[in-house]
Amino acid sequence: MSLSYASPTTVNEAVALLTGATGLTKILSGGTDLLVQLRSGRVKPDIIMDTKKIPGILGIIETEAGFVIGAATPGAVIGEHAGLAAAYPGIVEAANLIGSTQVQGRASLAGNLCNASPAADSVPAMITAGAIAIVVGPNGQRAVPVEQIVIGPGRTSLARGEFILEFKLPKPAARSSGAYLRFIPRTEMDIAVVGAAVNVTLDAAGVITHARVSLGAVAPTQLLVVDGANAIIGSKLDDAALAKLDAAARAVCNPIDDKRGTIDFRIKVAGVLARRAAAIAVQRALGQAAGTKH
Amino acid sequence: MPDTNFEQPQTPAATPLAMTLHVNGRDHLMALDPRTTLLDALREHLGLTGTKVGCNHGTCGACTVHIDGRRHLACLVLAAAAQRRNIGTIEGLAGPDGALHPMQAAFVAHDALQCGYCTPGQIMSAVACVAEGHTGSDAEIREYMSGNLCRCGAYPNIVAAVREVAANAQQRS
Ligand SMILES: Cc1cc2nc3c(=O)[nH]c(=O)nc-3n(C[C@H](O)[C@H](O)[C@H](O)COP(=O)(O)OP(=O)(O)OC[C@H]3O[C@@H](n4cnc5c(N)ncnc54)[C@H](O)[C@@H]3O)c2cc1C
Ligand code: FES
Ligand code: FES
Repeated sequence: MSLSYASPTTVNEAVALLTGATGLTKILSGGTDLLVQLRSGRVKPDIIMDTKKIPGILGIIETEAGFVIGAATPGAVIGEHAGLAAAYPGIVEAANLIGSTQVQGRASLAGNLCNASPAADSVPAMITAGAIAIVVGPNGQRAVPVEQIVIGPGRTSLARGEFILEFKLPKPAARSSGAYLRFIPRTEMDIAVVGAAVNVTLDAAGVITHARVSLGAVAPTQLLVVDGANAIIGSKLDDAALAKLDAAARAVCNPIDDKRGTIDFRIKVAGVLARRAAAIAVQRALGQAAGTKH
Repeated sequence: MPDTNFEQPQTPAATPLAMTLHVNGRDHLMALDPRTTLLDALREHLGLTGTKVGCNHGTCGACTVHIDGRRHLACLVLAAAAQRRNIGTIEGLAGPDGALHPMQAAFVAHDALQCGYCTPGQIMSAVACVAEGHTGSDAEIREYMSGNLCRCGAYPNIVAAVREVAANAQQRS
């Protein structure tokens, strides 16, 4: 069988193509992971299916209910969306860390997620934002929380014939914000040794009423750290709460040991970054409260 | 993780795909293996060798071109996916009379190159960097040009060239 390229123009056409295909079909969004893998010979698809002609897969829509981000929307477009940056700064700063400006011209959230690298930067930020992936396939649509998509390095829970059409983000509650931080040995163009994202919602008195914490690059998949969130809910992020958050973050780590970071180092940094990301998220939520609206 | 062994043979064989690429204002009809990158299409099939191959996997910026006015890495774009888009390369930057684009002139004036291998990519990236408005300070220029590596280390002069073009562009507007 010979390799072919297809760019379907509807969801139905795409699903039919994916389900009807024999051999390996690879979905192409920006291609910043896939083209590297194609050239190395690591992936040898029979069909490359480019999603970018499917309506709705490129672009960001702001609605009463929140945001809908097309699965293949490039990072550059995400970075330029003022509404998204105000509501979910953690996602925007994570997307803006992916590669260079040129890479961001193509790199998408769906590709970052479905490439299923434990170090993918946007994933912890999406998890803490409560992002829902809208998955389409032969059995119609299903809504899947982002933390349930990746099941191991290079592996996702998507069934044959399925792909992600878009991500939904709820409209954030008043006094909510988030942050993403990563540690890399240099300042640009590197892959996270540890990544940490935190989202918080505060009450009028500044007490955290809702929180989500996620870590990247410290386990085979990105982790939703429920104990970390519980450690700071009910607090104003005082030292005791921060210490509990640090301990909870360290407790879930199961990292690899390599030249870029030893196990001990990654675990320690996970605690530190979780604390710092939480502090930034709270500062941003307070700043928003101090603003005229929200 | 970036791959380093990118020269392995590719299977399976493919039937050529007919496609039209719109490059520097002209349409080019061709039949290419669907896996052909825009970089290979430009260099190997259209003879536009101004766009350079460095790493061939997205890390060096030597292959930077414009697609609909935005900067992209030609090595990470499938030619097939670039159909019906306006592709701009270094060959299309100068005026029809051969007058250098202001960024080309600034690179010459500031001696912003040594061996010149990274230069077409630097210039394409720099033009887009100015258009995006990411030139508020030297630090901002450095950050937004960080996808273009220069192994000769011409960075200070590259920043000076970008800074000058940005300042002139601001004066005109
Ligand atoms: C120089 C360079 C630097 C980089 N730096 C970083 C970095 O700092 N941080 C980081 O996290 N990543 C980094 N990356 C990796 C890459 O850019 C990101 O993972 C990017 O977000 C991938 O998106 P894409 O649209 O290009 O994906 P593609 O390459 O198109 O796809 C990636 C994978 O996802 C699958 N896929 C794509 N779209 C869908 C869909 N809609 N539904 C289901 N599956 C889908 C594909 O089949 C493929 O397996 C870098 C890459 C390069 C080349
Ligand atoms: S050759 Fe494309 S980025 Fe290096
Ligand atoms: S001038 Fe030689 S690589 Fe930049």
